[in-house]
Amino acid sequence: MAYSLEGKTGTWEVVCGLEVHAQVISESKLFSGASATYGGAPNAHVSFVDAGFPGMLPVINRECVAQAVRTGLGLKAQINLVSRFDRKNYFYADLPNGYQISQFEHPIVGTGDVEIELQDGTIKHIGITRLHLEQDAGKSMHDQHASKSVIDLNRAGVALMEIVSEPDIRSPEEAGAYLRKIRQILRYLGTCDGNMEEGSMRADVNVSVRKAGEEFRTRCEIKNVNSVRFVMHAVEAEALRQIEVWESGGEVRQETRLYDPARGETRSMRSKEDAHDYRYFPEPDLLPLVLEEDFVAGLKAKLPELPDEKRRRLCDDYGIPFYDAGVLVADQAMADFYESVAKGRDARLAANWISGDFFAAMNRTGKSIENPPVSGAALGELLDLISDKTINGRIAKDVFEEMVETGAMPAAIVEAKGLRQVTDTSAIDAAVTQVLAANQDKVAEYKSGKDKLFGFFVGQVMKAMAGKGNPALVNEAVKKQLG
Amino acid sequence: MSLLNLTIAGAAQALAAKKFSAVELTTAHNNAIAALNPRLNAYITVTPELALEQAKAADARIAAGTAGPLTGIPLAIKDLFCTAGVRTTAASKILEPFVPPYESTVTRQLLEAGTVCLGKANLDEFAMGSSNITSGYGPVENPWKRNGSDAKLVPGGSSGGSAAAVAARLALGATGTDTGGSIRQPASFTGLAGIKPTYGRCSRYGIVAFASSLDQAGPMARTVEDCAILLGAMSGFDTHDSTSAERAVPDFTAALSRGVKGLRIGIPAEYRMDGMSAEIAALWEKGILLLREQGAEIIDISLPHTKYGLAVYYIVAPAEASSNLARYDGVRFGKRVDGEDLIDMYERTRAAGFGAEVKRRIMIGTYVLSHGYYDAYYLKAQKVRNLILRDFNNAFDKVDAILTPTAPSAAFGLGEKMDDPVTMYLNDVFTVPASLAGVPAMSVPAGLSAEGLPLGLQVIGKHFDEETVFAVSAALERAAGFTALPSVRAE
Repeated sequence: MAYSLEGKTGTWEVVCGLEVHAQVISESKLFSGASATYGGAPNAHVSFVDAGFPGMLPVINRECVAQAVRTGLGLKAQINLVSRFDRKNYFYADLPNGYQISQFEHPIVGTGDVEIELQDGTIKHIGITRLHLEQDAGKSMHDQHASKSVIDLNRAGVALMEIVSEPDIRSPEEAGAYLRKIRQILRYLGTCDGNMEEGSMRADVNVSVRKAGEEFRTRCEIKNVNSVRFVMHAVEAEALRQIEVWESGGEVRQETRLYDPARGETRSMRSKEDAHDYRYFPEPDLLPLVLEEDFVAGLKAKLPELPDEKRRRLCDDYGIPFYDAGVLVADQAMADFYESVAKGRDARLAANWISGDFFAAMNRTGKSIENPPVSGAALGELLDLISDKTINGRIAKDVFEEMVETGAMPAAIVEAKGLRQVTDTSAIDAAVTQVLAANQDKVAEYKSGKDKLFGFFVGQVMKAMAGKGNPALVNEAVKKQLG
Repeated sequence: MSLLNLTIAGAAQALAAKKFSAVELTTAHNNAIAALNPRLNAYITVTPELALEQAKAADARIAAGTAGPLTGIPLAIKDLFCTAGVRTTAASKILEPFVPPYESTVTRQLLEAGTVCLGKANLDEFAMGSSNITSGYGPVENPWKRNGSDAKLVPGGSSGGSAAAVAARLALGATGTDTGGSIRQPASFTGLAGIKPTYGRCSRYGIVAFASSLDQAGPMARTVEDCAILLGAMSGFDTHDSTSAERAVPDFTAALSRGVKGLRIGIPAEYRMDGMSAEIAALWEKGILLLREQGAEIIDISLPHTKYGLAVYYIVAPAEASSNLARYDGVRFGKRVDGEDLIDMYERTRAAGFGAEVKRRIMIGTYVLSHGYYDAYYLKAQKVRNLILRDFNNAFDKVDAILTPTAPSAAFGLGEKMDDPVTMYLNDVFTVPASLAGVPAMSVPAGLSAEGLPLGLQVIGKHFDEETVFAVSAALERAAGFTALPSVRAE
């Protein structure tokens, strides 16, 4: 069922496209040798180039270019072997040169495609229009001094990738899924850490609404939204606002807006009088960026396996369900962890354990996949103990909890606590005899047709055996003695 | 002997022969500057103590036998080159308090070659001008006078201070920069040789930018040979400038004695403009004759888009300048005039810091890049620029070098041609096309006007073929035998 909004005049469709600004992971800035690392004392990572001093010139950072190409490849996009930088001119105190070096007409990456999955399992393709490289600006702070603003240029000149989508998104859910997918791909590629709280990834959200079958109506751009949740809220809030404008006989003006998460609404950012004329023109300090085919091919050869491919491979190689595979590949390290556990073992069992007890333990203990509650080796050993019938599944859960708590290896726990599964049929028979004898009334009920009591007897036997009975053998023995 | 009236080549020989020391040579120039600079205003900032220190170091190198051809040679540095620890103003009030913590690549290379920096030479503000009258630090007086007149003349621009300093014997040579003729026209106005090399030959790193796609550093000196020596030290690939060329620097001085026998010299019909003065036409004819006499083949050529050169230049250069000068906002360095808020501070700072010509060009540049005008002006200008480049490439299929006048007139009086900016812009008519095409071009003194003022001829070469430019220029210099001296000069 496609997402739509009901207005007074009927049903409205939401049309949305995202511009994602992703800070490139690199040692140094896009056009200077200054460190691009986050943090540091204000203005500690600033070269004369970043500060726009007279006579300073930009020199392109090869690694940033490589990161953009990797990202383009990850987005299944066209890599443009010739691209060009332009100047986007505007005055602001944290923009030292008075212009931002960006790519306007000839971006480094052209059209691509991203696959998203919706809650109901639907797969949808969102088109990528382009990806271009540009410099980030510095940071203005207006709350540090009574009458002055202070400027931190640490971020000024850090490489950004702007990833522009086609207006293919039709709901807040799709917007969220797209943004998460972009973040996942960037993290897989190691080209952006995707950390929206620190601002290393932000989104400009373009929203319009229309009636079924119409051409696109005027859109508004909501700037700098900094979480997936806010993006989803902003899409809906802005769509509702526009519907109201149209339905009250007004006209939506093309403008830049801000999302206010506290009020859950968007508001106009700047008036028309301030509208910028960026006076783009080709950056004369840089030659066109020309990539060798070998350079691109080399990066392509070393590209990591991406989430969609990994998910399909996990299904194929390990025979696990598509949904489970999706959960496991959400995070590259998680998928690696899974594979380290599943390889050479019962892969479905491994998937169940990881998405069940292991995830629960991770949430409960607040640990991460990088620092897991139990190591892959330990979890593997536990699965081995289950598979070779040293312990049964029930005991395994206790052993697992013990592992989380103490960090001990499962075999050691099983030995120390004597948790080995009992397969000795005479011991099992004895326990069954004892349980049936103690529950004569229930035996009679069973014999008169209350079949469901079979499970009760099995449970009692297991209890009597401190959970260590081999479930299959216990079943068999109960069945036999009940006649 | 006078230590002021030397060539760089001659001074280097004398230093090597220990006829005098670098300290003596520098002291003589320091004294000459102290005596004449107050009148000529060729330097904005003088650095006599620094010069002496550098001269001492040069003497040590000479004594140690590690001296090169420029060790101990005192130079004027155009105040557009950032010099570490020495105030760099670009002749603008907006940079009045600016002392760069870094050295431009060109001046660093010159320092490493052992040159001595006498001071920072005056120029048109941000190199925008053809007469040095737009300097925020006052105009420069041309040391040349019309016969029987004391009227002050302009030295040309924008490298007017560099030109006046070398002509008046206040330096043995100078650095200049040339965006549309800023080395060649002042060289012509002051009887000097000056070359704008191929775009990309010298690094622009550390040179205050005017128009990035046109700016090139180059030398100005009393002889073609001195220019060849200086350019050798100034040139070369620089990882800090993406537009500098990754090419070996040839020994330019080796080309000086090649002669012109067998060379094909192009004479572009379009440079014979309506209203060209008889004097300039005659000078050009003389140059043609001199080269022909030495065995060059003179070939008539066409550079059909020449007439659009000035229009294209005065769109492209201001466009880039309007963007390049946005950084002078009072936030991080240079002058700041506080205001009510950020915008007010910008407006007050830039209103107070920039002169009229700079403001005019920022306005023009902002206009031609504006939404709705970009295609009609900037984009069109870029297309025509390509046609001008093609003109040169086509011409160079047929000829080895091109000969033209450098400027449409001799030096004019201070206060003349001030009525409207366009008249002033016409000064660049012969120099601008080579800038737009990025090809090397040199002005050589070739004669005197009827009023006794120097006139230059321009030799234009192929991309990265400065050697042929030097060969032709040296031949022209030898044949012209220009020996006149300016009336105002240090003795």
